Amino acid sequence: METLQVIWYILIGVLLLGYSILDGFDLGIGVLFPFLAKDETEKRVLLNAIGPFWDGNEVWILTGGGALFAAFPKTYATVFSGFYLALMLVLFALIFRAVSFEFRAHSESGRAFWEWSFIIGSFLPALLYGVALGNVVYGVPLKVINGNIEYAGNFFTLLRPYPLLIGIFGLVMFTMHGATYAALKSEGDLYHRSRKIVLSTWWAFLVLGLLTFIATAFLIPGSLTRFLAWIAAIVAWLGWYLVRSYTIKGMDAAAFYASSLAITGLWGIIGAIHFPNLVRAINDPTLSLTIYNSSSSKLTLSVMLIIALIGMPLVILYTAYIYKWFKGKVRLEEGGY
Amino acid sequence: MDATLLSRIQFGVAAGFHFLFPPTTLGLSLNILILETLYLKRGDEIYRKLSDFLIKILALVFVLGTATGITLEFSFGTNWANYSRVVGDIFGAPLAAEGVFAFFLESMFLGVLVFGRKRVSKKLFWWSSFFVFFGSHLSGLWIIIANSWMQTPAGYKMEGGVAKLTNFFQAAVNHSTVERYLHTIAGGWITGSMLILAIASYYLLKKIHLEEAKVLLQKAFTVFAIVAVLQLFLGHFHSVEVAKYQPEKMAAFEALWQTQEGAPLALFGIPDTSQQKTHLYIGIPKLLSWLIYFDPNAKVKGLNEFPRDEWPYVTGPFISYHLMIIFGLWFIVLALWGWFLGRRKTENKLFLKLLLWSVPLPYLANTFGWMAAEIGRQPWAVYKIIKTKDAASVVVPAGQVAFTLLVFVVIYTLFFFVGLHFLKKIVQKGPAGELTGY
Ligand code: HDD
Ligand code: HEM
Ligand code: HEM
Repeated sequence: METLQVIWYILIGVLLLGYSILDGFDLGIGVLFPFLAKDETEKRVLLNAIGPFWDGNEVWILTGGGALFAAFPKTYATVFSGFYLALMLVLFALIFRAVSFEFRAHSESGRAFWEWSFIIGSFLPALLYGVALGNVVYGVPLKVINGNIEYAGNFFTLLRPYPLLIGIFGLVMFTMHGATYAALKSEGDLYHRSRKIVLSTWWAFLVLGLLTFIATAFLIPGSLTRFLAWIAAIVAWLGWYLVRSYTIKGMDAAAFYASSLAITGLWGIIGAIHFPNLVRAINDPTLSLTIYNSSSSKLTLSVMLIIALIGMPLVILYTAYIYKWFKGKVRLEEGGY
Repeated sequence: MDATLLSRIQFGVAAGFHFLFPPTTLGLSLNILILETLYLKRGDEIYRKLSDFLIKILALVFVLGTATGITLEFSFGTNWANYSRVVGDIFGAPLAAEGVFAFFLESMFLGVLVFGRKRVSKKLFWWSSFFVFFGSHLSGLWIIIANSWMQTPAGYKMEGGVAKLTNFFQAAVNHSTVERYLHTIAGGWITGSMLILAIASYYLLKKIHLEEAKVLLQKAFTVFAIVAVLQLFLGHFHSVEVAKYQPEKMAAFEALWQTQEGAPLALFGIPDTSQQKTHLYIGIPKLLSWLIYFDPNAKVKGLNEFPRDEWPYVTGPFISYHLMIIFGLWFIVLALWGWFLGRRKTENKLFLKLLLWSVPLPYLANTFGWMAAEIGRQPWAVYKIIKTKDAASVVVPAGQVAFTLLVFVVIYTLFFFVGLHFLKKIVQKGPAGELTGY
């Protein structure tokens, strides 16, 4: 049983990691859209660069949510109802974002509106995911109602300094990642602008990374004693470091992979210092939701594991193929792509 | 209004709006697969043109399905936290499986359909259309498994107030899964095909894109006609299942207040729950008993057999159930008439006009079917396991639900009209040109 619970802790982490790397780049492009694209052609290059993928990328978070529901229903229930308004805000953003690509393409008079739906619809989630993560890692007030552990704060509890810091760090991470993808897919001015943004966000990443390190060391008890977190930190550092050298050398694909490596390292750090918690209770550690007190039955976890072991390799296989079919710079004359 | 009632309204609005799109996706993806198969086999450009045209519509419908589906996925946790705690051990798995097996498949390969005509080979393109078809139907399967488990739970035991999985297969293939799945998919095929028929009829009546419209009409009509007739039988089996496993719901559908031998099939009436009477009742004697048990004198349970506080609503389910069936019968009329007309149906103005004007009806039939199934399930959220009033989140205040409900109504109304406007635009451009990406 315990092994299964740990496996599901890791697997949900993997789904969130997949989401951050894949949807991460299209969220980043959304955030950068007003700064990157200067005319209609450049806008279309960016939109078509993510066109075939964004929806599939978004499925990583849907599946992550579904897996959380199935594996740790009590955590799912407490977090989703507790963070009601904040999650609804993310949801509204994702809804507008989802229709914005298609609606913008069909629209003439309303083009600006759907463009901003895309931009704001990318910005809010890119920021708020980190805020949510910061909250569960740092801890939120919890209490018992009718035998269930429920959230005891309100909307503004979520906006404390540490979670906000994580939110901004996440935003910077997504933008740097998105810029590496934009460079990979574009040519000419757009290409040069993308590279410039990679290099400037690279510095921002360093500053926020250091701030987060200091804040975490002080605020999250025991975070410095987790051995795996240090290894993950080395991975994150290496990835971050390589982004710049590859970008300068013009090795754009390698820079994108390096940025993905940095994201992987960051998730590793979180996974290591948060384990075995899912939501820390800041007021009373015995109330914390952990993988041990909020999980499904052994049978459900096993069935789900079988589903994941059959399904996910297939997903990764055809996803890799589809990315390969669409490899290379976007050429608008080739049927939009 | 309390938070639970508001959450129910919010779920109804969100699910009702979502379910405008999945049936369209199911029907369109089938028709696209057929056209792609013809294109692969015969290589005639007209099939490619028509398929490209339908893919454009599918892309629009699909994003609306995506945008509105996320809402439902979230809402089990946001609005129905106690529900999630009580049945999460069973209910979460199909939702996760839907993501792993189906959502990835359909959305990744839809990307290939919309952007890949010039990038991938003809064969791979055919496979992509197959995977979009397959993925969306698989997604329907998993969500129907989840829903059917709420209607007729199986494969679980109660332990400390929480349902625990004991047998995954029994839980998945419970008493109503097969009936509900086939019936819902058939509803989707009718819906998508009807949309295509309406568009083709519009062209024929306007005398534009004649050549394309004729091919489109003939192909989609074949699907429509077969499935419309089939649906009568699938619906029938579904009714029999409901009568067996949720007998009070069937009693509500038929406004059967008292247990009766040789029970009649209701054709019309206005049920009045307070008096336990149906005004202006018209029914066919003994037909209900015969339909359910193949025996005109069999006993059918009435509402009087059940505790008053476990009665479903009667009026709403009664009306929506009957409207669904009336529409179903109307589709059969259209199917038979079209068959009788044969090749001449592309010239019969009245027939074409009726096809055009019938386009909202499958959408209404789907919505009424779900309303019958879901409102008829009340007061239970999961039949005999947890009541709806115990299912809601306790930490979300009514004011917040009212606020989000309002926002949903505004956003969805906007999307409805904008989406319709763009659909009109695509139709007016017609099956010409190529897929051009964003
Ligand atoms: C029988 C079919 C059916 C039914 C009853 C439902 N759906 Fe649905 N759903 C689909 C069939 C479908 C689909 C055909 O797979 C969609 C519609 C169009 C599309 O884009 O995919 C979809 C999309 C879709 C998405 C977006 C997937 C993506 O990003 O690709 C989500 C999250 C959900 N649905 C979730 C739900 C939930 C939680 C439901 C019930 C409460 C629900 N659906 C009812
Ligand atoms: C022709 C006669 C029909 C009969 C006898 C019939 C019967 C039924 C029954 C018994 C239910 C189940 C309610 C429950 O689960 O409690 C149902 C639901 C439903 N029906 Fe029909 N139906 C018919 C036609 C149609 C048509 C034409 C459509 C759509 C085009 C349709 C779409 C639906 C949908 C979407 C549901 C909800 C899902 C479900 O429970 O299966 N039905 N129908
Ligand atoms: C897409 C088609 C569907 C429609 C149109 C629909 C419609 C509705 C409606 C009208 C209600 C409110 C009933 C009431 O409170 O009186 C409701 C409730 C609910 N439905 Fe559905 N439904 C659909 C599919 C599903 C599916 C597939 C699931 C589960 C997998 C589901 C789960 C629920 C839940 C959890 C509630 C709230 C609890 C309750 O009221 O019982 N629904 N739905």
